[in-house]
Amino acid sequence: MEPIISVKNLHKSFGANTVLTDINVDIYSQEVVVVIGPSGSGKSTFLRCLNLLEQPQSGEIIIEGISLMNKSTKINDIRTELGMVFQQFNLFPHKKVIENIMLAPIQVRKWSPEKAREKALQLLQKVGLSEKAEMYPASLSGGQAQRVAIARALAMEPKIMLFDEPTSALDPEMVGEVLAVMKDLAREGMTMIVVTHEMGFAREVGDRVLFMEQGIIVEEGSPEQLFGNPTQERTQAFLSKVL
Amino acid sequence: MDFKFDIIIHYLPVLFKGTMLTIGFSIVSIIIGSILGLGIGFGKMAPRWYFRWPFHLYINFFRGTPLYVQILIVHFGVVPPIYGKTNALISGVVALSLNSAAYSAEIFRAGIQSIDRGQKEAAISLGMSSRQAMRFIILPQAIKRMVPAFGNEFIVLVKDSSLMAIVAAPEIMYWSNTMKGQYLRIWEPYLTAALIYFILTYSLSKLLNYLERRV
Repeated sequence: MEPIISVKNLHKSFGANTVLTDINVDIYSQEVVVVIGPSGSGKSTFLRCLNLLEQPQSGEIIIEGISLMNKSTKINDIRTELGMVFQQFNLFPHKKVIENIMLAPIQVRKWSPEKAREKALQLLQKVGLSEKAEMYPASLSGGQAQRVAIARALAMEPKIMLFDEPTSALDPEMVGEVLAVMKDLAREGMTMIVVTHEMGFAREVGDRVLFMEQGIIVEEGSPEQLFGNPTQERTQAFLSKVL
Repeated sequence: MDFKFDIIIHYLPVLFKGTMLTIGFSIVSIIIGSILGLGIGFGKMAPRWYFRWPFHLYINFFRGTPLYVQILIVHFGVVPPIYGKTNALISGVVALSLNSAAYSAEIFRAGIQSIDRGQKEAAISLGMSSRQAMRFIILPQAIKRMVPAFGNEFIVLVKDSSLMAIVAAPEIMYWSNTMKGQYLRIWEPYLTAALIYFILTYSLSKLLNYLERRV
């Protein structure tokens, strides 16, 4: 089977500071890949390279057979297939919840406002926030805002969802509601790459776990393998701190 | 101290015309200045230094030299070769617009750059182009933040337009000076001018407060 995302020899540095070194990973359709590791290990940067929010220095990223590093690739088109959820939600504060969700389908996918609204309402129901449609983001709790952000990304009907520490900015009591939405998505067969500190989620939902440290993938494997029987010393050291 | 109201009354018709000109100068200049300023502001945010550089130079020249000097340069140096002769009205609009463009550019730039990076990232990660992100996400939020600074710039412009008297543009200060010359009086002409400017800027700031609450 062809991988849906293929990353080869990826290097990324900010000035003299090398953040990613020789990353190689293939991700397959419907797979849930969870990326864990200490702060500053490069896991968010890795994720942000996949839709070119960060420009890698060298290497190759191929998504559905199309190279992102090729200058003639229209990155905006690729981005429509990659939904992204941010740690800080990044909702548009000047737009109502429903407008947040409708904007990109109308402007980018050229849907009619009626179609976009219908889709938005359907997604709000899915994340359990139908009653918030006409509110502004400022009136939402963190957990609600993040669920709207997930709905907004899903409105573009992406093939892949990228989650960049989606629960790290939330109060503990709100983490569960966001993870529940993500679990639903995984169950429906969405291809997901999730950078997170939620080891419970990684164990329960992940098909594969990547452990990153200092810009390299130190170890990867199924959750059972990686959490139950890590082979690398650095993985063991990290897990002993967080579990 | 005897305060002669009759000479003020005598000058009221021309002072009124002068006030209209001051208002006209200010409105036209803030409009042209904002449009130029938007372009210059974007220019100054260009990714490459050699694109940024001319805009950088423009802003620094107009902010770093006195408006007084700029007016004289425009009036005697720039307008005559283009227009054929000097013209105080044209010089006034040109000098005030160019000056205000430099300040507006910085207001635009600061407003746009004050919007969190995450907003643009969210927009482009949804497949929007940079242009769409600017139009639908960044500018609407930035403009809201620019309103107070723009109001301030407008008030400064109204007061600065008094400098146009030096090239004999017949605005408020020009007529006050004429009044002083004719009657050899100090308080009547200058207090009247001060009062007119104060009424203009005070009403303007009230209007802007109202607008700030609305947006």
